[in-house]
Amino acid sequence: MGLQPVVSAQGLVKTFGSHRAVDGIDFDIPRGSCFGFLGPNGAGKTTTLKMVLGLSPQMAGSLQVYGLQVPDKARQVRARTGVVPQADNLDPDFTVIENLRTYATYFGLNPSAIEDRLERLLEFAALEKRRDSKTDALSGGMKRRLIIARALINEPEMVVLDEPTTGLDPQARHIIWSRLNELKEQGTTLLLTTHYMEEAERLCDELVIMDNGRILDQGSPDTLVHRHVEPEVIELRGEKTRGYAESAEKHGCRVERLGSSLYCYTNDSGAFINELREIHGLTFMHRPTGLEDVFLKLTGRELRD
Amino acid sequence: MNFWRLPTIRADAFAVWRRNILVWRKLIGPAILMNFGEPILYLLGLGFGLGHFVGEMDGMPYLAFLASGIIASSAMTTATFEGMYSVYTRMDPQHTYEAMMATPLEVDDILVGEMIWCGTKSLFSGIAILAVATLLGVVDGWQALWVLPVVFLIGLCFGGMAMVMSAFATNYDFFNYYFVLAITPMFILSGVFYPVDSLPELAQGAVQLLPLTHAVAMTRPLVAGGELTMPLLHIGVLLLYGGLGFYISVVLVRKRLLV
Repeated sequence: MGLQPVVSAQGLVKTFGSHRAVDGIDFDIPRGSCFGFLGPNGAGKTTTLKMVLGLSPQMAGSLQVYGLQVPDKARQVRARTGVVPQADNLDPDFTVIENLRTYATYFGLNPSAIEDRLERLLEFAALEKRRDSKTDALSGGMKRRLIIARALINEPEMVVLDEPTTGLDPQARHIIWSRLNELKEQGTTLLLTTHYMEEAERLCDELVIMDNGRILDQGSPDTLVHRHVEPEVIELRGEKTRGYAESAEKHGCRVERLGSSLYCYTNDSGAFINELREIHGLTFMHRPTGLEDVFLKLTGRELRD
Repeated sequence: MNFWRLPTIRADAFAVWRRNILVWRKLIGPAILMNFGEPILYLLGLGFGLGHFVGEMDGMPYLAFLASGIIASSAMTTATFEGMYSVYTRMDPQHTYEAMMATPLEVDDILVGEMIWCGTKSLFSGIAILAVATLLGVVDGWQALWVLPVVFLIGLCFGGMAMVMSAFATNYDFFNYYFVLAITPMFILSGVFYPVDSLPELAQGAVQLLPLTHAVAMTRPLVAGGELTMPLLHIGVLLLYGGLGFYISVVLVRKRLLV
């Protein structure tokens, strides 16, 4: 039982008219891990999450969550799952604590029987002092924390998060990340979508890169970086960079261009860097490669709308 | 997924009803003002004002005639407002249903809860009007209390119908169609202000198809006295409209939210 994946999906398809939002994807999510869906807007990430919850019935393929068929057994699945939606859907007619209490009743829980749990969740969200505030009076970060606390009210085995930190400032984002790490340490499976590389690198044990409804690759953040890009990159910026592509290639770099910037991927940057240092007025940055480079390589550099 | 399957009715729906009554309790001041204020205005303004010229209608004082009709039409408008503006607000701009559907609650549970809530609000309005009518001395006796389950049923009926409009709506202005084309004509034609048998013959047949006509046909004898005729027909018509409205709205909201 312990080895059985929490979510197991084979050949999932979802189309909207002629648009194939999810185009035949397979994945298994191991218990206790943080599993990420990384992709540009419109890649099919949110649709995939909704399918896992039985809220967007798949048109083909099979899907088991906790060993239960979805969407047939979606109610049982949702009873054991926490959901953090992309948009704020707190109940504006209620205060912070009333939001938690009312949400408990949707799971058939009696709020007065779980007072202790509600207090712990308030503390987890660091909202003890705002318990009687209306949700409209909360900052974006506070709302997110409350939504995450709300998702834990049924003591879920898995929490599904759709872009949990989009639109938050760096401080608020770091608090959310530390809370999610706490959850992971407690053994809760996390399933999240994001288009923030840093978020994926910090939180995910395993991730898939999605684009146009398909999975392009899957692995741990490190594995993906090693598999797809050289260990180092030199970024040249400004109008003067044009002439250096040839020179970079001579030094064995793989060169990519984005706007007026030049990205030179390499296994050994030494000689090329020395050459660049000689040139006055040239701005360049030398850094180890990361998920962002993998992401841009796999999904392309065109603008997404 | 089969969007057309019959709705399931579960006790889970009460969580939705409970949410609504908790919010209502917070706004109890304006709610009670609405419940008492509007019917008092109608009864005093029209009942005494018009009643002075009309005298009796259908063998009873005009005030009694009006009160026993207004109790049905107020149940209609109360449930209609709730089933349209409030349901739509929770479904679309406020994303309340989205939050509910991340729990074991399903569309079926949510709309059962909303429909029972529409009935409950109509019941509150009915209690207020019955109290006012009693104070004005136009209630015929204790049998008038039977009107309370009837206004609850009227609320279910019009709540169910209004939810169909919510399921179609993409903005609030859309509801104007339903008000102008359905609710206002019923309000004027269904026997609230004058007996339907004073209408032209053709129209008399047509108004028998309207649910408010059957609602008034029950509330009038119960409140103002007189013989209650064919109660099962009236109840049947209200159940039919409410049941169809409920089923259609469940199907449409499934299609709208489970995409």
